[in-house]
Amino acid sequence: MRIDKDLVAASATPLVLGILADGESYGYAILKRVDELSGGRMQWTDGMLYPLLHRLERLGLVEASWGTSDVGRRRKHYAITSAGREALVERQAQWDVVAHALRQVWRSAQDGLQSPPRVAEGWA
Amino acid sequence: MAPGTTAPAAGAASPGPHAALEAQIDQWRGYVRRREAISAADVDEMEDHLRERVEDLRATGLDDDEAFLVAVKRMGTLDDLSREFAQEHSERLWKQLVLVGEQPGRARSWRELAVVLALAVAVGVTVKVATVLLPWETVALNVGLLVLPFLTAYLAWKRQVTARVVGALVVPFVALGLVLNLYPFQPTDSTFVLAALAAPVTLWSVVGLAYVGGRWRSDARRMDFVRFTGELAVYYTLIALGGGVLLGLTIGIFSLAGVDLEPYLDSWILTLCVPAALIVAAWLVEAKQNVVENIAPVLTRVFTPLTLVMLLAAFVVLATAGNLAAVDRELLILMDAILVLVLCLLLYSVSARDPLAPPSFFDGLQVVLVVAAVAVDAVALTAMLTRIAEFGVSPNKAAALGLNLLLLVHLVWSAVLATAFLRGRRPFADLVAWQTRFLPVYAAWAAIVAVVFPPVFGFV
Repeated sequence: MRIDKDLVAASATPLVLGILADGESYGYAILKRVDELSGGRMQWTDGMLYPLLHRLERLGLVEASWGTSDVGRRRKHYAITSAGREALVERQAQWDVVAHALRQVWRSAQDGLQSPPRVAEGWA
Repeated sequence: MAPGTTAPAAGAASPGPHAALEAQIDQWRGYVRRREAISAADVDEMEDHLRERVEDLRATGLDDDEAFLVAVKRMGTLDDLSREFAQEHSERLWKQLVLVGEQPGRARSWRELAVVLALAVAVGVTVKVATVLLPWETVALNVGLLVLPFLTAYLAWKRQVTARVVGALVVPFVALGLVLNLYPFQPTDSTFVLAALAAPVTLWSVVGLAYVGGRWRSDARRMDFVRFTGELAVYYTLIALGGGVLLGLTIGIFSLAGVDLEPYLDSWILTLCVPAALIVAAWLVEAKQNVVENIAPVLTRVFTPLTLVMLLAAFVVLATAGNLAAVDRELLILMDAILVLVLCLLLYSVSARDPLAPPSFFDGLQVVLVVAAVAVDAVALTAMLTRIAEFGVSPNKAAALGLNLLLLVHLVWSAVLATAFLRGRRPFADLVAWQTRFLPVYAAWAAIVAVVFPPVFGFV
């Protein structure tokens, strides 16, 4: 199943903030975590993560610092800030509303499938 | 991780088991590095990513070539990546509107040159015709209305704006043109002079609307327009200097040959060339932004310490002068000019600063500069307020005082935000956003001075 591009884009910020809320991380590890969390069903274009991280850094939601990897390469680490945690809470509340509304829509759509409305009977 | 898949250190050139892969990664770095929106640090960051991806793919059984191809493919196409980076880091490439998206081919650049030349000739001829047909006071009142529509037209053409934006661009010109020319002004009125000064400022915001292609809500686009304005001023000055030298030489040669050009200088050469140079300068800024991107910020670096010294001297002089109540509105206008200068210094250093860089000595110096400017202004303003209370309000004083208050609000809050940034309480982006969000207020004040002041003060 491919997830719609707009949906991926909309969920990217809360996902990244949520992953960083678990602890400091870096680009590739964040992507691998997204992969694990979605069971490989959410595919990001790898490079696009970096402009997103830089945007979050500019907005003060994450802090970046350069370190080195196990094999001695330069690696940029990201950590969530207190403003980032606040934003995450805010986003979570928004997504809860969306998810709640969607669940109701799915349920009524399901009901609709099981017992077709009367108008439809008349047509049958 | 599979044995034998440890990555070599970055940039290792020795022929090892993965020499071909290293060469490919080097080549990839070269391609990415050529994109101006992507900095060297970003390439390092993505190279680390690429290498990890390659390692993981090799661990699943792919060979070097296959792993590299898949990893590069997953990274995304360079065009898409560079567009994303350009959007996030517009200070690196504030001409993204031009560079990314459409690749201007030769045909387009020739067509653009033709459009620019046509508009430059048109604006020159328009001003010339106006000077012939109308008294000079009317020309002076309408100078913004005569020149800026052509600049706006060029930018609107360049951005290929929608019909709705075209409407939003035309309406202010028409409305202001009607208002200014239907008011029963006398050329000696102070409200007339104020309207003539304020109208171009108001209309400059319309130019800005065309520049941002109608997306005026975007902070980043508005900051681009600030950069455009600064570079335009630099370019225009350079063109004026060059043109002056050329004219002087031509006049010298002609006079040796017994031909006197002086009579044509004002009436033809300057009338045609001065407005036309504005269009050409705008075109140059659009075309060559990368080359001179750094001129305005460099000037701010030079003049920030010098202005600080000037302000401290002014503060001492004002504070020890004693009877300030005797000074007239000149002091108020001078203070406005000083505050505008400080604001420009702040604006242009903010516009060019890397928002992610940590606070530096220069940022501290800038805060001191703003605080000094506010202190000097406070001294002058208290003196002026007592005087206005004594002698009543004139249109000039009201306009200057209003501008002064706006500048004060702008600078004081800038100082607060900059201090919070220095202490690590707020990101630099807040300071940037505040700068661009406050700018429309000046255009609104200019519109009030041009349109509301004359009737309110009874056209005096």
